[in-house]
Amino acid sequence: MNSEDSQLFDLEIKALLEAILLHYQQDFRLYSPASLRRRLRQALAQSGFERLSQLQDHVLRDGEHFTRLLQFLTVQVSEMFRDPAYFRSLRENVLPELSTWPSIKIWVAGCSRGEEVWSMAVLLKEEGLLERSIIYATDINPEALRQAEAGVFPLDRVQRFSSNYLAAGGRGSLSDHYHAAYDGIVFDRQLKRQIVFADHSLATDAVFSEVHLVSCRNVLIYFDQTLQDRAVGLFRESLVRRGFVGLGSRESLQFGRHAGDFELCFAEPDVRIYRRV
Amino acid sequence: MNRWPDVDAVLVGASAGGVDALLKLCAALPADFPVPLLLVLHRPASGGSLAPLLASRCALPLSDAWDKQPLRAGEVLLAPADYHMLVAPGPCIALSRDAPLNWSRPAIDPLFESATDVFGARLLGVILTGANTDGALGARALRQAGGELWVQNPKQAIVPTMPQAALDLAGADLAPGIEEIGHLLGNGKWR
Repeated sequence: MNSEDSQLFDLEIKALLEAILLHYQQDFRLYSPASLRRRLRQALAQSGFERLSQLQDHVLRDGEHFTRLLQFLTVQVSEMFRDPAYFRSLRENVLPELSTWPSIKIWVAGCSRGEEVWSMAVLLKEEGLLERSIIYATDINPEALRQAEAGVFPLDRVQRFSSNYLAAGGRGSLSDHYHAAYDGIVFDRQLKRQIVFADHSLATDAVFSEVHLVSCRNVLIYFDQTLQDRAVGLFRESLVRRGFVGLGSRESLQFGRHAGDFELCFAEPDVRIYRRV
Repeated sequence: MNRWPDVDAVLVGASAGGVDALLKLCAALPADFPVPLLLVLHRPASGGSLAPLLASRCALPLSDAWDKQPLRAGEVLLAPADYHMLVAPGPCIALSRDAPLNWSRPAIDPLFESATDVFGARLLGVILTGANTDGALGARALRQAGGELWVQNPKQAIVPTMPQAALDLAGADLAPGIEEIGHLLGNGKWR
């Protein structure tokens, strides 16, 4: 791509994001341009169109095209108990403290297809806290939320989920929490009773509940600093005093506006759990 | 004073055989290196950090990068395991967990392409030893934007595939051996 093409592509990105905001009320304008460019180039290549402005035409007139574009812009392929050290630290360090509250509210922000949500539910069940916990699982992508809510995962991913579960300090077997269905597994309805799935945007929506733990891993990396500050501001507003925020292993609050409002706890490499001071 | 008035950052990509090459390169950097240096080395997701080993041979501060970390002159940032490392306006680091490229995360192309978007011609890119073709597309983008590209001489690389792929697709301004690359970087007298 020569520099003139590159400038035109940036201009087309701007136009597309404005158009999506006006027509679909979804705001991607403060997403980090580095990843956004790559994702839109991929979406364009898959669409068969030559220019983003051509794709924009279809995205505006056909909701199906927008749905497909959303998969490129938001969906993260994750695993259950991904980064086991994080879940181990939740189990050993965070949940014992949360258990002192009469009821526990956890917000999984940007939950995508729900791998982490169901991991959290399994964790709470095994620690005997599920019945008095509520997990808020939010995302801006309705298709991802629908999949998350179904709690169905293909069989070929289960082996990996199970080994992560064990590495994260699982107390039994992951299969204690699901049964076989169709070509995959479906998690127990008992877990689902404690989960609320909801459409919520860190870019445009407000706080909706007081919570004790926000888990938002590898979501903020796709935001620029301004939008990260907005999202972390929501977390701060939502959290009880001394409440926790769990981030991805190389995400940090130290470069943002709210650095002084949080302190890092549990000095473990690759585990980023902060608490509100 | 910046001895390299035309360069805002140096990018280095390495794969198979890269630990050895990067150790030599890091050892050659002087403490007053005038620009940020960004390293991508292919490695397994669970491999742990290579930063302590590389830092032990390097006169400059060297660490795994954080998301949104500002780039600073004389600091060496390494792409962390299981993340792509990109450059965003600021300039700062933008990490990504998007799918692996060429079976690698971190991959070299996202760094070279995103840095080119931010710095244009004001870049020096270096492609070292490796067993796949990652980095070739990024090297081409960097060169097309007017940046300077060095590719390790494939005959002197531990594994020639990656530098050869970069040479085939992008060409190069220089194709030196690793010792010479370290020497040139250390002296900053190549323009």
